Amino acid sequence: MKYLLLKHYRGGPTPVSDMPMIDKWTPEEISAHIRYMQEFAARLQESGEYVDGQALAPEGTFVRYDGEGRPPVTDGPFAETKDLIAGWMVIDVDSYERALELAAELSAAPGQGGKPIHEWLELRPFLTEPPTITE
Amino acid sequence: MDEVALRSLIPGVLGVLVRRGADFAAAEDAVQDALIEALRVWPDDMPRDPRGWLVTVAWRRFLDVARAEAARRRREDLVDEEPPTGPVSAVDDTLRLYFLCAHPSLSPSSAVALTLRAVGGLTTRQIAQAYLVPEATMAQRISRAKRTVSGVRFDQPGDVATVLRVLYLVFNEGYSGDVDLAAEAIRLTRQLAAAIDHPEVAGLLALMLLHHARRAGRTAPDGSLVPLAEQDRSRWDTTLIAEGVGILQTALSRDRLGEFQTQAAVAALHADARTAAETDWVQIVEWYDELVRLTGSPIARLNRAVAVGEADGPRAGLAALAALDDKLPRYAAVAAYLHERDGDPDRAARLYAEAARRASSLAERDHLNRQAARLNTRRPG
Repeated sequence: MKYLLLKHYRGGPTPVSDMPMIDKWTPEEISAHIRYMQEFAARLQESGEYVDGQALAPEGTFVRYDGEGRPPVTDGPFAETKDLIAGWMVIDVDSYERALELAAELSAAPGQGGKPIHEWLELRPFLTEPPTITE
Repeated sequence: MDEVALRSLIPGVLGVLVRRGADFAAAEDAVQDALIEALRVWPDDMPRDPRGWLVTVAWRRFLDVARAEAARRRREDLVDEEPPTGPVSAVDDTLRLYFLCAHPSLSPSSAVALTLRAVGGLTTRQIAQAYLVPEATMAQRISRAKRTVSGVRFDQPGDVATVLRVLYLVFNEGYSGDVDLAAEAIRLTRQLAAAIDHPEVAGLLALMLLHHARRAGRTAPDGSLVPLAEQDRSRWDTTLIAEGVGILQTALSRDRLGEFQTQAAVAALHADARTAAETDWVQIVEWYDELVRLTGSPIARLNRAVAVGEADGPRAGLAALAALDDKLPRYAAVAAYLHERDGDPDRAARLYAEAARRASSLAERDHLNRQAARLNTRRPG
């Protein structure tokens, strides 16, 4: 079963750690953080559970249809939306428990002083094809 | 020879290599190479003995790799001569391969992947496409699975129930990619049924055939789900139904009931009814009683509540439902259906909307939203 692991810059439950933003860390702490993320993805590739992962630029533009023959209407770009998605990872695992375990592992990425950042990650199951046998 | 017929030779070929002493992982790689070679060469130059050809090419390939390995490790004492094949039959080899690929030490997704490749002869790319994961991920899953079972003795008999669970998972994955997993699961279960005389293997094969027979009726041209009661039964495949019923009857006559025979019996009763109204719900309830007794499964209890609702009326169905955990998948959908039949469309609409939010597939969600919308937009009175 596939799950989306969403990493938010902002939004979600109140952070449990009062660790400052990444730009206040030392360069070594930033490198250690990035290395942890890369190694996490590599382990998932090795275990055959990795599907996809991407990081997103923070600036988002809202777009909508504005009627026949008219150009799309845009709003933004906003850098300061309330709920800001930083990136995602898609995993394919055998159970919900395994998905929780992996999310917790990712949330333990080291931050300032090498301590785990304890960030909230959002876990969303993919909708699947309907099973053949239901009754 | 088409690709499916070619792939049906794979388990026997792999079995020969393993019995000759080849390590399972290396043998499996060699057989895949031979398969690819066959797909290239056979269209122009079909061998008289396809299986023998595959054994020869795969064994040569295995030896080449083993020699290269040996040279690399400076160990020159590896196999060099082709040992005799021995008296073991291809049927035994096939069976052992099923057991190995469904070994209890493997996770479900690993067992599925390994079965499709080593028994089914599908390529890693085909399996990756079927499960919508990158080819590199599937390759890792398969090679880890091979490492996991590499220490397992090939001549040990296994538990057929583990094999059946894997085949059931393949069948029930649904249709998404270029590879028809349901058809592949049926092919592999047929092959297993030919190798072992076991009523539950027959039961699973019957179950698959009876559901596969209804496939054309299950979706509308726009891809939306059509509930069983509304399906155009003339689109059901009567040949498959007849075959499934025949296999099931033979299995049931052995008097060794199991969960797959029981589920197949329910499917057979649906397939037997010329119209939804003719469905023998009383018998279906009895089969679900058996299934609950055999498995204790909450899903079986939920399906039983639906059947009770049809056999004894919605009130009885709701009473059966009340005993169950409302967190069960499809609980809200069942409750919605029963409340609508019990004359409470408002409550049913709310429950359909809740069921849509909890649906695990897009097609089910769309279907449930349409049900809610149908009730919410009905003419008053």
